[in-house]
Amino acid sequence: MKQENQQGGPQARFSLRSRLKSRGRRGEIIFITLAALAALALIGLVLLMVFELVTRSLPALQRFGAGFLTGTEWNPVTEKFGALSAIYGTLVTSLLALLIAVPVSIGAAVFLAELAPGSIRGTASFLMELLAAVPSVVYGLWAIFVLVPVVIGPAQQFLGDHLGFLPFFKGPNLGGFGILSGSVILAIMVLPLVTATARDIIRMVPDAQKEAMLALGATRWETLWKVVLPYGRSGIVGSVILGLGRALGETMAVTMVIGNSPRISVSLFSPAHTMASQIASEFSEATGGLYISALIELALVLFAITLVVNVIARLLVWKATGKFKTGGRS
Amino acid sequence: MSRSRLRTRKVTNAVMLGLCGLSAALAVIALLAILSYTVGKGLPAIGLKFLTSLPQPVGDPGGGIGNAIVGTTVLVALACGIGIPAGLLAGIYVAEFAHPRVAVVVRFVADVLFGVPSIVTGVFVYGLVVVAMGGYSALAGGIALALIMVPIISRTAEESLKLVPNTLREAGLALGVPLWRIILSVVIPSALPGVLTGIMLGLARVAGETAPLIFTAFGSRLNYKGVDEPIAALPLQIYRYAISPYADWQRQAWGAALILIVMVLLASVAVRLLTRKRSSNLGR
Repeated sequence: MKQENQQGGPQARFSLRSRLKSRGRRGEIIFITLAALAALALIGLVLLMVFELVTRSLPALQRFGAGFLTGTEWNPVTEKFGALSAIYGTLVTSLLALLIAVPVSIGAAVFLAELAPGSIRGTASFLMELLAAVPSVVYGLWAIFVLVPVVIGPAQQFLGDHLGFLPFFKGPNLGGFGILSGSVILAIMVLPLVTATARDIIRMVPDAQKEAMLALGATRWETLWKVVLPYGRSGIVGSVILGLGRALGETMAVTMVIGNSPRISVSLFSPAHTMASQIASEFSEATGGLYISALIELALVLFAITLVVNVIARLLVWKATGKFKTGGRS
Repeated sequence: MSRSRLRTRKVTNAVMLGLCGLSAALAVIALLAILSYTVGKGLPAIGLKFLTSLPQPVGDPGGGIGNAIVGTTVLVALACGIGIPAGLLAGIYVAEFAHPRVAVVVRFVADVLFGVPSIVTGVFVYGLVVVAMGGYSALAGGIALALIMVPIISRTAEESLKLVPNTLREAGLALGVPLWRIILSVVIPSALPGVLTGIMLGLARVAGETAPLIFTAFGSRLNYKGVDEPIAALPLQIYRYAISPYADWQRQAWGAALILIVMVLLASVAVRLLTRKRSSNLGR
């Protein structure tokens, strides 16, 4: 995140070797060793995680091979396990959640960074942080008893009645439990993360850029739309992908409202599974080595997908914050 | 023509800026909706008996979440006992000692670990600890939570240690104090608000985690019996009660949710106060 430290921060000025050479300080050696071990353990842990997940999913890997990723059937009774329905559910809910959350997040970020007067900015930022701190299971509880019956259920009724000819809005309305509810609760949950990250990026756009635009007679919106947002584009894209990483792995709230059924349907009203919800709802009841192994392989796939997404997001945000560092605050 | 164009631009400006404000309002409304429902439905469920007694079997009304409160406290304490020293040490290493290239790698790995879905952490700990110990246990739950806590603590510790001016370290070295003593008694105390913020952030995060506990701590309807036994936890209790068909359990889920949210939000408010103090200290 801080690029100047790659050239030399505290570490360059207090070269480790010269210090150890000059005097054999036992405490120093013990302390540094402990600290280095902790850092090493962090790396080892991630490697161990990959190793564990791979070895424990070996039975399923050997049995189904690549067919695991393309198989549509998930049947514990006949021991046929294909992950496509869960992968489909994960991608659809996450993308739909972003579709809802991203415009709102960027709007809110712009408001918090550029428009709001100081007092409102502080309060709204604080409330947004609280929204991020609410536990997933409380979102789920609220969704079961408020969001689904009060908002999504009636909305689905309305959409089904008036736009039922569209394939997305076809099919029975199970009181609101299904893909749409899962997506909406995910949208609410990624909102604070994307907003906070995008807000920080927008704040780093140098004032001179905005002033130049305003001096040319542009309105504030034109300044935002044509200068501020394009200037922070890669960082904002990074924040959105960060939100995607969060949405892909989010478990409890989705498990509680998505209807938990391994099927692939175009209808947004249909119950479904995400990878996370399938693991959460079936793992502790899973019997038989192959069933557990298949669920662990599901976790492995989820791990791999979120890893790729998060790495891309980090690189984008790092690059953006590095780029803006010269013009903004640290 | 040019006047009407100016008009369009002004209207667009007003509409779009209004939409931005509306977006922020929407987010705040979502929070208020969640909080007000939790307080409104949770408050009537809470009483002294609810907070202290054990859950009742299905059909018997009453019962409480005493064991879950104890359980969450034990789990968070275990997570802190493992996660805080490990996270702090890793953060200190990266900020003070590591070769720049090593620092980049550790920082990257911490970010990766931070991004791992908590359910995957649960599966990992299941394979690593639960299978090895032969059953669900409080210890397994604590380890799972610690894994979530470590990257948060190490990253924030690292960031706040870096903000401490080098002149402080130089002054200590000039007096002949070994660097590790300087770090422990000068650098860390001056970075304390930041370090504490990281710890509280991690605490608030893991106190509400459910997914990694389902198949590590598992939950229990009995009192705490030891770290090698399954243990109750507030988030687990909320989850099981929320998806149950019994009205009395659903009522208790709201009560438990209110207790959990108060615990977590108190930690978040503490973070806010700590960071406010830090920013005024550094004159930012």
